[in-house]
Amino acid sequence: MTQINRLTGGLIDHSKPLNFSFDGKSYQGYAGDTLASALLANGVRLMGRSFKYHRPRGPLTAGSEEPNAIVELRTGARQEPNTRATTAELFDELIATSQNRWPSLQFDAMAINDRFSNFLTAGFYYKTFMWPAAFWEKVYEPIIRKAAGLGSLSMQDDPDAYDKGFLHCDLLIIGAGPAGLASALTAGRAGANVILADEDYACGGRLNAETFTLDDTDASVWIAATLAELASLPNVRVMTRTTVIGAFDHGIYGAVERVSDHLAIPAPDKPRQILWRIYTKRTVLCAGAIERPIAFENNDRPGIMLASAIRSYANRWAATPAREVAIFTNNDDGHRTAADLTAKGVAISAIIDTRANAPGSTQVEVLAGAQVVNSLGRLGVKQLTVQLADGSMRHVHCEALGVSGGWNPNVHISSHQRGRPEWNTKIAAFIPGKNGPDGLSAAGAAMGVFSTAGALESGMNSTISALQDIGISTKPIKLPKAEDVPVNLQPFWHVKAGKGRAWLDQQNDVTVKDVKLAHRENFRAVEHLKRYTTLGMATDQGKTSNMGGLAIMAELAGKSIPEVGTTIFRPPYTPVAMGALGGRAVGKNFHPTRKTPSHKWAEEQGAVFVEVGNWLRAQWFPKAGETHWRQSVDREVIATRKSVGICDVTTLGKIDVQGADAATYLNRIYCNGFAKLAVGKTRYGLMLREDGIVMDDGTAARLAEGHFVVTTTTANAVSVYRHMEFCRQCLWPDLDVQLISTTESWAQYAVAGPNARKLLQKIVDPEFDISNEAFPFMGCGAITICGGLRARLFRISFSGELAFEIAVPTRYGDALMRRMMDAGKEFDVVPYGTEALGVMRIEKGHATGNELNGTATALNLGMGRMVSKAKDSIGSTLSERTGLNEPDALMQVGLKPVDPSEPVVAGSHLMNKTGDVNAKTDQGYITSAAYSPTLGSSIGLGFLKDGGNRKGEIIRAVNPLKNQEVLLEVVSMHFFDPEGERLRA
Amino acid sequence: MIINHPILGPRDAAEFTYLGDVSLLNRPDWQAIDAAEQFYEYQYLRENPAGEHRELWYHEQGDRSWLVVTRNTLTHAISKVEMASDAARARGNGK
Repeated sequence: MTQINRLTGGLIDHSKPLNFSFDGKSYQGYAGDTLASALLANGVRLMGRSFKYHRPRGPLTAGSEEPNAIVELRTGARQEPNTRATTAELFDELIATSQNRWPSLQFDAMAINDRFSNFLTAGFYYKTFMWPAAFWEKVYEPIIRKAAGLGSLSMQDDPDAYDKGFLHCDLLIIGAGPAGLASALTAGRAGANVILADEDYACGGRLNAETFTLDDTDASVWIAATLAELASLPNVRVMTRTTVIGAFDHGIYGAVERVSDHLAIPAPDKPRQILWRIYTKRTVLCAGAIERPIAFENNDRPGIMLASAIRSYANRWAATPAREVAIFTNNDDGHRTAADLTAKGVAISAIIDTRANAPGSTQVEVLAGAQVVNSLGRLGVKQLTVQLADGSMRHVHCEALGVSGGWNPNVHISSHQRGRPEWNTKIAAFIPGKNGPDGLSAAGAAMGVFSTAGALESGMNSTISALQDIGISTKPIKLPKAEDVPVNLQPFWHVKAGKGRAWLDQQNDVTVKDVKLAHRENFRAVEHLKRYTTLGMATDQGKTSNMGGLAIMAELAGKSIPEVGTTIFRPPYTPVAMGALGGRAVGKNFHPTRKTPSHKWAEEQGAVFVEVGNWLRAQWFPKAGETHWRQSVDREVIATRKSVGICDVTTLGKIDVQGADAATYLNRIYCNGFAKLAVGKTRYGLMLREDGIVMDDGTAARLAEGHFVVTTTTANAVSVYRHMEFCRQCLWPDLDVQLISTTESWAQYAVAGPNARKLLQKIVDPEFDISNEAFPFMGCGAITICGGLRARLFRISFSGELAFEIAVPTRYGDALMRRMMDAGKEFDVVPYGTEALGVMRIEKGHATGNELNGTATALNLGMGRMVSKAKDSIGSTLSERTGLNEPDALMQVGLKPVDPSEPVVAGSHLMNKTGDVNAKTDQGYITSAAYSPTLGSSIGLGFLKDGGNRKGEIIRAVNPLKNQEVLLEVVSMHFFDPEGERLRA
Repeated sequence: MIINHPILGPRDAAEFTYLGDVSLLNRPDWQAIDAAEQFYEYQYLRENPAGEHRELWYHEQGDRSWLVVTRNTLTHAISKVEMASDAARARGNGK
């Protein structure tokens, strides 16, 4: 197909044709085109269907503020919904598809919504889908979900990489139009560290879309010279295709650089996009201005666009939406479009100017004091109904209409810190207010300075004063001579004639009628208006529509626009891909994996691993012929209890506590006593939060008078360390005590079972006596092993067996594991994983994370008497609160099924043997459960009301999720070896 | 946000963990007659000012210092950063 609406000139490369397709049809465009400009050049005006009414729509704008021309790009895993055709750079073989239509863009069955528009006005959700309540989930929501939404997802993993980056600068300049370039040149020459960012792929801003001259030559000459000088300055970084998305605290800005969006596939080793965090000292907002439309009946037909957009397409992209264009304006700028189009050979059917004193023209007919009251044309505008100054009607033929209602400074980023824009009567628009982000000033059109000369000067001056603030002295630069035409505008927001719908927010399908309805129903505050009508709540945040809505509300309320006020914008400036926010932190990289030193050895044994926080821990070690995990776990438990087993416990938190006051300090951290713990001894410690709830438990081993090694649970290693530093620095800053986390410095193994000592005696150097007499239960000490390697030995037991924990510097962990397995062969040693560890600790009634669940007190755990009343410790006072000490407080108990073949399920609630099952009759819950191969039955631990006094009682465990009820007997939580004879052996 | 660490200079807030009001330094005397009441207030009652707020931040991804940061809750402007240990000593916390 030929490019019937392609003009000459522009900034595209007519020698580089590119093939692309839209809705399966092939077209050709040129390098430098956007998808929208290429489609317009090919005579395609219809690019999408609207969100609610499925009205046919074409592009309204030529930039990122676009509400209508939203399409799907690419296919397969790179398929990308909801992309603005007006900013999508064309590349060869680009495949684009329209969205939100069925079966086709030309004939959309859902356009039936348009016929029912009376029912779909503002607030229709709240009015229509109220009743019956049961219909919401089953009927209404699925229908709405199907009807709503625009593009579709590929449902495949994104094949591209996204990066995050960090930059620092003295001055960030947002926007590389005339103001931004003047700013960059001023700051760059002064030697300031400058970042100039623009969302466009070409610098120049509005200059690229105009026919202005600078110093009497084409503006592109000055732009090129300026960019060349900026490129030569090492202190200036120019970032194109980079959208500054938000202003955050303390001068931090977010920006998305679209490194590869303009390519079919990113270059090797290049990311698709980069999310930058930019730390700035000062920022100049040179984001320009956005033209605003005038609302009139059926003003949303394809071909009806902003006048400046039509001018951009003609001047920059050498494309026009049609060969015959009309202009509807309330200001002089609309006439510019007519003049530029005429120069390009596009016919102007008429300029319809709302002003009675509209400037005349020798080339085209100007209808002064006239208004467009309606448009006609099924899938695009064909004719306008115009009301002339004398009230008579006239038809004007055109295939595109350029509308200009004036310009709104792009204040968006200035209000990201809740800064309120201020009304400027001269331009009848809001400009950035004084309470914007600290360090940010606005210049050029963004500040309401609309002429090119004004923009250049304002860019320079803002920069000089911004740099002065941070002590960088700057000289004025010589600015090129430029046009300096004043703004000449008569505010005109919407045409009152006409009964049909006049569109304000085209992305969310909000009409003038909706605003009137909101006013009638008393949603008059701007924030209410916004939410009730959804005006400005689409992804474009109402960049082209908010002002119109506010003006109409002001009119209805009989107030001025500044009295009515304005809603403000929030980050991001334009939508940001989730991939960019995620960066490299996807899949397995979402959180780091921590492996213990013997991980490789465990892999060699075929271990099955489980994630514990970031750690991978061996869960069990299957042997040949074992088909079910329980077989492996039962075998590991039995073998350990019978002879000896080894478990990697490296992941437990380890904190080295040193100093003359170390014992005093620990005595306050733990609720039980530590002041008198002898050197060479280890003690179980229970740590409370200040509110009296258990925080964590572990052991503290006193290796020397002023040296302890504290262990924490794996899960709480970080938070316990943080808490201990808080206590040290904030509560008792003068205690002589120092802390350091040594979790990763030591590999640690539990060696448990009747033959544990015999095995270790083959490892520990002979000068260290580890007999029961010399190294009794709860002993500890520094030793050497394997002929001189330093190690630590703790005689502590989680399994209930004769057990030791042995620690060596991390780099020897793998070797020690292999050496111990070798030495243990004669005792049939087994490695055991976290499951067997869990079974054995439940058999012993030891608490772990399941019991230390953030609601349990020492009393609940059956350790109430451990809380020493002879000293101060964290949590001791508040643990005495009445509410935590009720007579029927939950107490940890052991639970055993009456019928040993029945399971005990963790999470089940405990109920009396008979009676109702409900929250009122609830007696507690099961925290941990396992099959005990030692006892040949399922067993569990749980919290039971008044559990200490209910041994022998039969109760019910109910699991409503699975409709289970099991009779349990309340027993001692010490199922196995309650006297602890084995661990003292 | 950027926190100007007294020892390390300006650091991104992402390196820190937030705890809360600086009144957590004022841990009551456990032997006071009304210790229960005092601990209750210490644990649960906080001012929630719209404006300047002294609060505790922990440099977890850094030197593990606890800091007292004076931050305006309306603007996030930070006017002062102190070592929490100094602030603790200044109010009489010692051994």
